[in-house]
Amino acid sequence: MSWTGTSVRRKEDDRLVRGRGLFTDDELEPGMLHLHILRSPYAHARIVRIDTSAAEALPGVACVLTGREVAAQCDPVMQLGPPPCDKIRDLPMAVDKVIFQGEPVAAVAADSVALAEDAAALIDVEYEMLDAVVDAEDALSDRSILHEAAGTNRTWQGVYEYGDVEGAFRDAAFVVRIPRMQFHRFASTPLENNACIAEWKRQGGVDFLCNNSFPGFAQQLLAPGLRLKADQVHIRTYDVGGSFGNQIWNYVYMAVAALVSKKTGGRRVKWAETRSEHLLASGHGNERTYLDTEVALDREGVITAVRSRHIDDCGAYTRYEPLGCVIWSQVLAATYKVRNLRIDFTQTVTNKCPVVPNRGYSRMQQLWFMERIVDICAHELGLPADEMRLKNYITQFPYETPNGCVYDSGDYPAMLTRAKELIGWDRWQKECAAGRKAGRLIGIGIGTTLDSGTNNFGQARIMNPYLPFSGNSEVCTMRLDLEGAVIVCLGTTPSGQGHETAASQVAADVLGIDPSMVHVRPGFDTAWNTFVGHSGTYASQFAVTGLSAVHGAAQKLKAEMRRLAAYMLEAAEEDLEFGTGAQGPEVRVKGTDKAINYWYMANLVNNNNALLDASLADVTLNVRHVYRPPFKVPDTERKFGNLTLTYAAQLHIAVVEVSRETCRPQILAYAAVDDCGTLINPQIAHGQVHGATSHGIGAAIMESLDYDESGNLLTGTFSDYCPITALNLPDIAWGNIETPSPFTYSGAKGMGEGGGAPLHTMSAALQDALHGAGVIVTGSHHPAPRLFEILQKPNRAEAVSVERRGGKQARR
Amino acid sequence: MSTTEAGGRIAIEVTVNGTRHRREVEPRLLLVQLLREDLRLTGTHIGCDTTYCGACTVIVDGEPVKSCTMLAVQADGAEILTVEGLARDGELHPLQRAFSENHGLQCGYCTPGMLMSAHALLARNPDPDRKQIRKGIQGNLCRCTGYHNIIAAIDAAAAAMREGK
Repeated sequence: MSWTGTSVRRKEDDRLVRGRGLFTDDELEPGMLHLHILRSPYAHARIVRIDTSAAEALPGVACVLTGREVAAQCDPVMQLGPPPCDKIRDLPMAVDKVIFQGEPVAAVAADSVALAEDAAALIDVEYEMLDAVVDAEDALSDRSILHEAAGTNRTWQGVYEYGDVEGAFRDAAFVVRIPRMQFHRFASTPLENNACIAEWKRQGGVDFLCNNSFPGFAQQLLAPGLRLKADQVHIRTYDVGGSFGNQIWNYVYMAVAALVSKKTGGRRVKWAETRSEHLLASGHGNERTYLDTEVALDREGVITAVRSRHIDDCGAYTRYEPLGCVIWSQVLAATYKVRNLRIDFTQTVTNKCPVVPNRGYSRMQQLWFMERIVDICAHELGLPADEMRLKNYITQFPYETPNGCVYDSGDYPAMLTRAKELIGWDRWQKECAAGRKAGRLIGIGIGTTLDSGTNNFGQARIMNPYLPFSGNSEVCTMRLDLEGAVIVCLGTTPSGQGHETAASQVAADVLGIDPSMVHVRPGFDTAWNTFVGHSGTYASQFAVTGLSAVHGAAQKLKAEMRRLAAYMLEAAEEDLEFGTGAQGPEVRVKGTDKAINYWYMANLVNNNNALLDASLADVTLNVRHVYRPPFKVPDTERKFGNLTLTYAAQLHIAVVEVSRETCRPQILAYAAVDDCGTLINPQIAHGQVHGATSHGIGAAIMESLDYDESGNLLTGTFSDYCPITALNLPDIAWGNIETPSPFTYSGAKGMGEGGGAPLHTMSAALQDALHGAGVIVTGSHHPAPRLFEILQKPNRAEAVSVERRGGKQARR
Repeated sequence: MSTTEAGGRIAIEVTVNGTRHRREVEPRLLLVQLLREDLRLTGTHIGCDTTYCGACTVIVDGEPVKSCTMLAVQADGAEILTVEGLARDGELHPLQRAFSENHGLQCGYCTPGMLMSAHALLARNPDPDRKQIRKGIQGNLCRCTGYHNIIAAIDAAAAAMREGK
């Protein structure tokens, strides 16, 4: 039997359900110091004076650290972007001025968290207020500049143009114009806040236990910042309570903790962020504004060209940015076959929390944009939403997109059919039509989306041609331990995705044994475990990068075991088979009872090697495999190349009714169909789909990080941010199709981010419900107050226009 | 009875998972801090600071309580059950087993609080319908699972417990 495709019960669960996980804050030690960070109450202000004397005098306080000391001890983090980003000085603490509410201005280490907080309250900071810019277009006017040395708030600008856009508009039967749309700011907010424990070592270097989810990258940023060699930055992770990309950049706080430890002479310092701090100053998702969008269509309703201007708001610092200015182009035209596109893309800083990768990072903003275009065009041209999609879907695979990406496989029409079956499309269509006649605000909407996985880091060069990044990799080591146990170590940093389980399934399949016989050791460790620069858990890639590394390592180990067994059993290698015998895992001569078990093989190499022939001198039963996907460096001039290896797809349908009394959107039915190629562990994949769906529904109807015009965060606690609860979610009908990827050994595609499908779907369902009321859905966030406003002032007259060029009406 | 000691500390006595503990605590110490830092029961997690997420839920004298919203001194004399007290003789509680079998956890950070809320729910109502289950865990956030499999797990555990498994 094959373990791939089987819902093996997770190995991780036993410790987690018993409360025996080890999350960073669980590490306790007498004498450990606790860190509290004093943060700016203002979004933009000069720091005139800081007086820390009262705080330092408090008994139990070990030290206070300010920005000036940080600037003296630490170098600014490398900027990824081209000029003027090189002029941005990004230190882990504000020095002369603060540029977002919550930016660290001082840190206190004390014997307890409470004492550290008490001391921080005694620090006296004098600020001189500056004008805050919180709106992206306002920021681009440069009336108030965040990074003065850069001379502008604009951090990146580029034009992505493919095909014959002018020609397509000249020949269009219809041109639909949408002057403005807006994708809102939210974050997936993992339940475990950021945390780290830092210890500056006397022999030089620093040890971290933390929950960073891309430590291979963090090490490369932290080492030069802390003036250390990379190997002196020792990063460990163990259990991580969710990440969704958000935990990629907590290296900023790791640097603060390291410098505090250094100042105390090397005492261990723990920093455990509070939820309010997390919402205020951890990392938000990218906001995006879409201006002057024009869509050309032929007389059948096939989209022939799109042109638009996009402005991305990355908050106060370009930490992982401006990578988001390229990442979106992995899904340039989403699931649609339009070949003529021109997107003028600009990014700006604003006086808000910096953005970080957030589940569906930068692609979901583009996918939402394309879905809104398709959906608004359907409604304005009177075409059924499903037909409109079927006319425009890509149907041939592998498919090379206009910008050189290769969609590996897919069947979007089949997914639509399946989702329609699951939700009862025809019945709901009738009910919606009848309901609207009776005055109900009820609609049904489709959201099609992509979860592009396994990045080609070479795409970073489209953003900045001088960046020394390309390709991708992940690593696995595997050995037969002294007593013959199969031990597997990974370079990944799972935060709930079941890597220990899936890796054991893959190794078990190669060796022909049971996954319970494979021991996957959790925990990332730059000193004692294996890793590569791309190591981590992000960007929907474990099923491809991580498991290909496991698969490769298992094959290498198997090859060594086969040579060893052939020698000892005096048999030809091709006459051997792997499996489980009476004494456990073994290699045997086919059709005989001659066998050698794992213990014996391991013992031969490790304890009893005088029995071995010199021809086996290279057999160690301890192998390492690095998987590298087949990528090339993209053509940066043309902005052309294959940017991701696999394209999982999601198709959701929702039925939504807006209450006439309360304007609350209620989901009456919801279906989600997923295609992530071959399933490794169906139960885990299913769980990821549900999780991504929950995030998207939460973001669509509840969650938003709102600022006032002075840059004060208005939704700074969970009570204000309102993460979705079990009561707000409908039952979700789940379906799956499998179009195996031709580009991976197993046919699996990376998955888990989900492409923001519910955001597109909820917008489409609301469009259907509200079109009759004169509403065009141009935003991604739909809480009751917003729906109330739009119903008071329907926007159709200014939100959309349709130019008909004498051709006949698109057919119904 | 609580008594104030020198240095503003207050002596309390709590029984946690069947073991009695005496401690002298700062009046401002939260119950969750007592459990995690003093008693080293780190299975009870902290996920927010506004009593919203429920990661710190424990059972105090039979009632589910968010232990970040109760002072340790308020728990003086109480019987407390935490996630570490669910398994008996190493054997998983039916709820723990059902969470694993139904993939009711991903990162596992909300899981202890979820288990304790579910435990309280099933003590009140051994046969809840799905809506009652949703209501029973409405004070517990999960950012990974979308709740679907948690609801299925509680449903399965309830059935198993009714059958005495």
